[in-house]
Amino acid sequence: MTYIAEVKVMPLKELLDPQGKAVLNGLKNLGIDTITEVRIGKHLHLKVEAEDVEKAKTIVENACRKLLANPVMEYFEIEVHE
Amino acid sequence: MKFGVVVFPGSNCDRDLIHVLEKVLQQEVVVLWHKEKKLPDFNRHDCIMLPGGFSYGDYLRSGAIARFSPIMNAVVEFANSGGYVWGICNGFQILCEAGLLPGALLRNINQQFICKNIYITPADVASPLSHSLNPGSAYKIPIAHAEGRYYADQKTLSRLQQNKQIIFQYCDEYGQVNETGNPNGSQLNIAGICNETRNVFGMMPHPERASEEMLGNTDGKLLFDSFISYADALEVDVIDDLLR
Repeated sequence: MTYIAEVKVMPLKELLDPQGKAVLNGLKNLGIDTITEVRIGKHLHLKVEAEDVEKAKTIVENACRKLLANPVMEYFEIEVHE
Repeated sequence: MKFGVVVFPGSNCDRDLIHVLEKVLQQEVVVLWHKEKKLPDFNRHDCIMLPGGFSYGDYLRSGAIARFSPIMNAVVEFANSGGYVWGICNGFQILCEAGLLPGALLRNINQQFICKNIYITPADVASPLSHSLNPGSAYKIPIAHAEGRYYADQKTLSRLQQNKQIIFQYCDEYGQVNETGNPNGSQLNIAGICNETRNVFGMMPHPERASEEMLGNTDGKLLFDSFISYADALEVDVIDDLLR
């Protein structure tokens, strides 16, 4: 069965995200000053072959730990659906 | 001793490094393609170097994919058995991704690719790279990176300090470690570190770009000289012991 996994990889909360900060400044310059924080991460869209949702999730978690995210600087969240 | 220089797809400082090792420092160099699975005829007095560049186009994260190149298993094994491994710039990023060195290199604080001469000072002179350098002196060496801001959690930073694993810190031209001298926002001005057993080194500055009179700067050569004299002396000691 083919599942779709949406993976969000974000810089750790305690980390300064200079890219997000630069974008926030850009928004302010545009006059959009009600946005008070920007943090920028990655969104990965994966197709996974697995027997069921749980197994698909395990596969993606393993992939995140080994390659897709670096726990020193990032955390990840996974959503799996058909 | 001899040097092995690993070439990944996207390495671009490999030729400079090979040139300096062979032509300037008169060392034996073996060029290793990243697809190789073994390190032929290397012993623990030798050094494997991971050069600068943009391995795999820096996709995903700098060094993240190179870390899974076939040769990296052999490099990790070599490091764990006590062999010297030295990563410069992208090589440092790869060593962090591979878990041979703690921490990570994040995007520079000013979001820009910085290519210029900066100053570093040895934070400790117990390491092979710095043992013949002067503590407190500023060494002018260029950096060229967008992801060079050293980051590790507080626990790791204290451990680095306790074990004297910080080899180089960014400083001003007078050797003062301060904010003015920190080009990329690295924690504790860290420019280079080593592992606990002092045989794996990583640094963002490029000593191979500052090793010849013709280039107007030879401060980088002092690091290579320091390392080679340290490693050679150790090798002679071991051979003496064997003969005794």
